[in-house]
Amino acid sequence: MMNSKTDNPLQATSVLTPAELAEIDKEISHAPYRAAVAIDALKIVQKHHRWVSDESLNALADYLGMSPAELDGIATFYNLIYRRPVGEEVISLCDSVTCWIMGYNKLQQHIIKRLDVGLGETTDDDRYTFLPAPCLGACDRAPVMMVGNELHQNLDEAKIDQILKVKSSTSDVNNNGRQE
Amino acid sequence: MPTIYIDDEAYQVPEGDNVLQACLSAGIDLPYFCWHPEMGSVGACRQCALVQYRDAEDTRGRIVMGCMTPVADGARFSMSGGSAGEFRENVIESLMLNHPHDCPVCGEGGECHLQDMTVMVGHRNRRYRGKKNTHRNQDLGPLINHEMNRCITCYRCTRFYNDYAGGKDLSAQASHDHTYFGRQEDGTLESEFAGNLVEVCPTGVFTDKPLVNEYTRKWDMQSAPSVCVGCALGCNTLPGERYGKLKRIHNRFNDEVNGYFLCDRGRYGGSFVNDEQRALFPGLRQSNSTYNAIESIKAIQTLVDWCVPGNKLAAIGSPRTSLESNYLLQRLVGEENFSNGIAVHEAALIEQISGILQNGSVATPSMRKTESADVVLVLGEDVTNTAPRLALALRQSVRNLAKEMASDMKIPLWQDEAVRVLAQDQLSPMYIVAMSDTPLDDIAAQTLTLCPNDIARMGLAIAAQIDSSVPGTEGMLEGFDTETQKLITQISDSLKGAKSPLVVSGTGSQNAAVIEAASLIASALQTNGADGNDSMLSYCLPEANSLGVTLMRNEAQISLDDICQRAAEGNIETLIVAENDLYRRAAKEQIDTLLSKVKNLVVLDAIGTPTLSQSALALPAATFAETEGTLVSSEGRAQRHYPAFLPAEQRDSTWHWITQLGQALALPGFDELDHFDQITAACAAEFPALQQICEASPLADFRNKGLKIPRQTHRYSGRTAMRADISVHEPKQPQDDDTPLSFSMEGSNGSQPGALLPFVWSPGWNSNQSLHKFQSEAGGALAGGTAGVRVLDPANTGSTSKKTNLPVESKAKKDQWQLLPLYRIFGSEELSAHSPAIQELTKKPFIQLTPEDATKLKLSAGDGLTVNIANQDCVLEVQVNTTIPRGCAGYSVGLPGACWLPPATSVNLGKAEIRANSRGDDV
Ligand code: SF4
Ligand code: SF4
Ligand code: FES
Ligand code: FES
Repeated sequence: MMNSKTDNPLQATSVLTPAELAEIDKEISHAPYRAAVAIDALKIVQKHHRWVSDESLNALADYLGMSPAELDGIATFYNLIYRRPVGEEVISLCDSVTCWIMGYNKLQQHIIKRLDVGLGETTDDDRYTFLPAPCLGACDRAPVMMVGNELHQNLDEAKIDQILKVKSSTSDVNNNGRQE
Repeated sequence: MPTIYIDDEAYQVPEGDNVLQACLSAGIDLPYFCWHPEMGSVGACRQCALVQYRDAEDTRGRIVMGCMTPVADGARFSMSGGSAGEFRENVIESLMLNHPHDCPVCGEGGECHLQDMTVMVGHRNRRYRGKKNTHRNQDLGPLINHEMNRCITCYRCTRFYNDYAGGKDLSAQASHDHTYFGRQEDGTLESEFAGNLVEVCPTGVFTDKPLVNEYTRKWDMQSAPSVCVGCALGCNTLPGERYGKLKRIHNRFNDEVNGYFLCDRGRYGGSFVNDEQRALFPGLRQSNSTYNAIESIKAIQTLVDWCVPGNKLAAIGSPRTSLESNYLLQRLVGEENFSNGIAVHEAALIEQISGILQNGSVATPSMRKTESADVVLVLGEDVTNTAPRLALALRQSVRNLAKEMASDMKIPLWQDEAVRVLAQDQLSPMYIVAMSDTPLDDIAAQTLTLCPNDIARMGLAIAAQIDSSVPGTEGMLEGFDTETQKLITQISDSLKGAKSPLVVSGTGSQNAAVIEAASLIASALQTNGADGNDSMLSYCLPEANSLGVTLMRNEAQISLDDICQRAAEGNIETLIVAENDLYRRAAKEQIDTLLSKVKNLVVLDAIGTPTLSQSALALPAATFAETEGTLVSSEGRAQRHYPAFLPAEQRDSTWHWITQLGQALALPGFDELDHFDQITAACAAEFPALQQICEASPLADFRNKGLKIPRQTHRYSGRTAMRADISVHEPKQPQDDDTPLSFSMEGSNGSQPGALLPFVWSPGWNSNQSLHKFQSEAGGALAGGTAGVRVLDPANTGSTSKKTNLPVESKAKKDQWQLLPLYRIFGSEELSAHSPAIQELTKKPFIQLTPEDATKLKLSAGDGLTVNIANQDCVLEVQVNTTIPRGCAGYSVGLPGACWLPPATSVNLGKAEIRANSRGDDV
């Protein structure tokens, strides 16, 4: 707060790309004030980079007229805004009660073994990040997981193998609408 | 007053309260965390549960949160009925799931609200055996320690830091069981009020870093009611001592002054008391310029020789020490030989203000009252950096619009979140016309930066818009461009519509016309503002007793320049300087000459200064924490500070040194000035404006239920062990004949006058939350009365000070830059600048240039520039600031290493010597 005008203001435009800025501006155009689009803007940045880095966060905060602490409060509140790098796709395996009854534990171990990745980790080839998720709202089809934006239900080990196999044969699939 | 029933007992409670507050006021211990008397309720912690019944027949009831439930006539509650007690215990148990069991190593232990509440709800057994969450802590800078594992997610920290104090760099992050309170990354918390987190957080997450590094528990500290000497606002403080060291400063509640909060200069600036450079003995200068430690008796004898009648004697007092010390010094040498030691131009400004405060028609509000302003105009003052705590009060004033909206909708003001959501970001208007950007700009409706004369002209134009009959303002408005004219009209219209307009100005701009203009606006509002408006005028002054020593002034006293003159004429043989570094009062050249002409320079001071190091005799003085004294704050409130501990070895109070000298010289009357109270009384008798100072707090013979008031808590431990390396025989505790307090655990603490509260503690309430036990009602004034006495009330004579000359429009002169005095909360004040924690936050002396000037001069931020100011070369770091007015450059006043700045100085920066990037120099 001291002497704010003497600091070099962060140049939002040098970190955020024109494409990101255009999308963010579009959101701003129908919001009552800039900070109101914080969540959407975070999603836009994440769509372009898979995750939200400190640099992006600082630049975005500056662009929206917020403090980095304030924006980070919002970013970190949501499980699905990633503040650390993730792989090309995020696998979220539900570990809540119904999926537990239906045996998610075994599936979790299976994925860990198959991909050689721990919870919260990313595979060496940067392909997958494996995260636990609370109830995905599909309890009637438990156990379930999401890979990118797709929901996979009534899982068993074979089904998981199948999903991951298809995935790996089409590894440049455009998930999350992300542009390579 | 509504009546509510709690467990079938009837209580009369204040209308509009919430049930928690009403319970606490009624003496019922309802546990709570997130409610804060100053910040209201949000219902976040669920601790204050009790059962509410529909009527006398209802036996089931339902659980409600006390802090979220308004009192209503006939409402029935129970503390113990139903499952309320169990609910409260369960809340604690769930908070404890992740809370470490680290009280023995926690900086909050022994004064922890969480400990108190845990015991209060009776939660004794931890059933949870699983793993606990752990967090990474952050380095939040030199003031505050961070230990996130201890958090109970009450949200008090962010509510204080962001909502109340306007901080931007702390937030609640993540969610559910890993919610985190911290910055976006490691780094010093930016708010000037961050230190309050230490007291606001009910657990050990945010603790006082310097204290934690040399830790002492609250119960082992000896403390006394004190007053901050960091600026002129006179915030009430509680310095705590152990092992002869000042351990920390806590807030001391005063409903009229600082309320619950201090600024960081005040909280952390006091550790100059522990400076190891401070001398323990008087020092006599040898021919080789070193000092020999001598006994105080010997020092007095030397002084007697130097002060014998016929010897030409003069003395310089100080606005940073008590009335008593100044008064005695004046009495010792005679008023015609005494100067209060304020720089000449500054003395004139303070006298001008003092005249306005005494004779003007507009009332000067208490700091608390400034919070009620609905429109604020700040004229020429960077309040955050010259009177920091006032800036926090002004941050509350802009919320009056929100409060008004809430009242219209019948939302109780303690419903903090509702009131904030209702108003969104709408604020009551505040206008800031200053010399550069200020940390309050974020809440200002409009800001404008001008050089001082133009600020004054703008002020006069505003006054004229409000009342066209204000003399000497004709044509002022026309002197401004249309945009500024529009702003002037906006400001004056806004002020005219206000119910409680407040004008804030001060000595910061070092300009008499600015001060005059502020007073003219405030009095114009009184006559021409909204019907029945309550116009207010506040002036920020430079030092803790600037106003006091100015009120102590009489015609015969001389100025600092007179002293120099006399010395030059060879008419001063012995000069006694008390607690004053003359190099902060005049140009180096002038003081060098003065000191070279004086044969015997005697300096009393607690800190090392360039003046002290030239003395022939140096006397070690006591600090604010080691002696008593009366100070008059900028509001005109006389307040007394008491020693928390006695000065070590032969350090002594300035007033006591002088008493001894006066007695040794057998000066008339000095034999009757043995006691502190006698000195205060003599001073009060001599100066009409100070008549009431004896009432600032009770005199030494006051007894609380027949007993003295203990400075040590009843659990104070280790009195023998503490000095077992010296002797295992515990000596008698020192006696204190000068105050109603004792250096002991014995005595009576509890129902004394508010000015005499040495600490707050109450059975079951070990933390500072015990304060409500000492208040008339929870959040109200102290039951024993508000500390201090207002010595100035407007005379309503309407005749303000003499008219100053009309300011001329500033025109940028070729190759000349007018230096604008800029202040910094950390470093600009002399005493706190000696505190190690403050030093870490202090910037190098700087000069601020506009980007255009910087380009023109081929300078960039970080360059070093040697500027000659009053014949002294001063190395300054270049900062670039877009808000500096044209033709001006900002100059850091008072920072260690900065030269003294004469009034209205202009320099030719084109000729200044440029050094390579100064940041490179100090590697
Ligand atoms: S850090 Fe302290 S004040 Fe903040 S939420 Fe946690 S316990 Fe409450
Ligand atoms: S505002 Fe002034 S008096 Fe109050 S704590 Fe800060 S420095 Fe001390
Ligand atoms: S518990 Fe897995 S989807 Fe609901
Ligand atoms: S104090 Fe009432 S919910 Fe926290």
